[in-house]
Amino acid sequence: MNTKIPAYSVIRSTRASAPVLIIATLLVLFAASLPWWGESSWMHEFVEIACYFIFAMMWNLMAGYGGMVSIGQQAFFGLGGYVMLSLGNFWGINPFVAVVLGALVAGLLSVPISMMAFRLQGGYFAIGTWVIAEVVRLSIANVSAVGGGSGTTLTALRGIDKATRESVTFWMALACVVASVGLVYLFLRSKQGLALLAIRDNEIAARSQGIDVSRMKLAVYAVAAAGAGLAGALYFVGNLRISPDAAFSVNWSAFAIFMVVIGGIGRIEGPLVGALVFWALNKFFSDYGTWYLIGLGLLAIVMTIYFKHGLWGYAQQRWGWSLFPTSRKLRLD
Amino acid sequence: METLLQGLLLGGLYGLFALGLSLMFGVMRLTNTAHGDFIILGSFSTFTLVSLGLAPWLAALVTLPLAWLLGYAMQRLVLNGTLGKDPLPSLVVTFGLSIVIQNLLLELFSADPRSIDTDGFNTLGFALTDDLSVGVLPIVIFVLALLAAGGLQWIFKFTALGRAFRAVSDDREIAELMGLNARKIYAQATAMAFVLMGLAGALQVVRTTVSPADGPMLLLFAFEAVIMGGMGSFWGTLAGSMLLGLTQQVGFRLDPGWGIWGGHLMFLFVLVMRPQGLFPKTRG
Repeated sequence: MNTKIPAYSVIRSTRASAPVLIIATLLVLFAASLPWWGESSWMHEFVEIACYFIFAMMWNLMAGYGGMVSIGQQAFFGLGGYVMLSLGNFWGINPFVAVVLGALVAGLLSVPISMMAFRLQGGYFAIGTWVIAEVVRLSIANVSAVGGGSGTTLTALRGIDKATRESVTFWMALACVVASVGLVYLFLRSKQGLALLAIRDNEIAARSQGIDVSRMKLAVYAVAAAGAGLAGALYFVGNLRISPDAAFSVNWSAFAIFMVVIGGIGRIEGPLVGALVFWALNKFFSDYGTWYLIGLGLLAIVMTIYFKHGLWGYAQQRWGWSLFPTSRKLRLD
Repeated sequence: METLLQGLLLGGLYGLFALGLSLMFGVMRLTNTAHGDFIILGSFSTFTLVSLGLAPWLAALVTLPLAWLLGYAMQRLVLNGTLGKDPLPSLVVTFGLSIVIQNLLLELFSADPRSIDTDGFNTLGFALTDDLSVGVLPIVIFVLALLAAGGLQWIFKFTALGRAFRAVSDDREIAELMGLNARKIYAQATAMAFVLMGLAGALQVVRTTVSPADGPMLLLFAFEAVIMGGMGSFWGTLAGSMLLGLTQQVGFRLDPGWGIWGGHLMFLFVLVMRPQGLFPKTRG
């Protein structure tokens, strides 16, 4: 018997995705003009939230798509910062160039680190990565060249005047945000991204289809480490002062987890929404100190138990919203 | 010699830290990120009871049933809803709990380190030889850790409850078909783990000073001990604790800044060389 394959087409975009792309481009261009009309505190604030966002984005890539829940990404955040600072202070490399190099070094270092971390799975992987981050923190605190436990200052930017420094840092942060969203989006739409989604949904089934699961996981781990390093290097260019306790604080991972869980894990919009919510909460409630943190903790618990897919996941299920469609839908013509 | 002895005795304390974590992971594959913070909660519970006028040993004893209740309620009301194949929900929830507990204690007790005055009991020691003496409290802690590990091993091997623990751990669905209520058994396991954590917390605040931010460090120590010892065996966990205690003590001896660092490095070394741990359980 001869079965005829019906005509079909693969749909890869939603009705909203094309206009969203145009609006996003306009928004980014508008934002890029900020140094000419905005205040310097706004730029500083943007750089800070951009770092949080990039870090959360990379955490989401790892946990939401790669299935690797880590509490130790601050290891790469801090390493990115310290590499940038050392290159700038000791080798005289322009710190803005060093930001990119810091990210690369963090990505490279993740390969030997993964040999330890990947021995553990699930919840133990999470705490194991935390131990590794602690080892890095304690090791750096013993290096007197970068100020040991009390930290040091980025002196390489001294010659540049304040306005230029702030504008360039701002543009760099904006570019990094656009680049990281764009790269993650394109990656997830590629064949490799499809393989990653398959691994997330069922590791064994993915392997039986010929996907090299361990290589894919290592690749995601390295990319996420480089992204975390980028966020860290950027953050300390904006802050000019680094110390092991600030750079390797577990709070970085805590806030990333919070943003991703609030926004919705396993979707690009998730960290975006989460970062906005986090920024707003931080702006209005951070004066409450400990009570603010207690509230964040409780919110994360309640969201995880009752709204597993986060705010954006809720919207997606309810109204079918998707700004960055990564799915492939089959339509019979 | 003294360093080795002190290291082993410190390992006893770490054993008490670690057994609860080992128990919860063994029965329900739950990684409790708030493990250390619950231990600190036990410390502050004991501290509060003592400042209300109770004798230290009585305060520690009262903390245990409180810990049991908290553990049972925590599992039934919160943690049971997070179990499943995906480790993310339980990790996020316990991580959230960790932040809540830390900041709540900070709000109630401030960041000052606290300790309990035991009229010198915590520094009491006796001489083994002319130049070697040991403290009474570390010996007590060590014996308690041995009893706890032995007791858990006995419960798992010989009692109906232990059989239920093993059954739900091996295959939850089949165990439920056989009439076990997994949610209740999980709650009993967590309650038992919390009693051990309460005991560890009470001993910690008698032994040294405790502050609200200490939790994560204790979690990492407990975790390292469990992994080094090999998952699934309580004696293994205790052995892992001894190794951690020894390494830290030797490190402290060489340089005060190296103790904890050395412990972490030993953990990574064991992880790379022998990922199954020193004494992995061999199921017959």
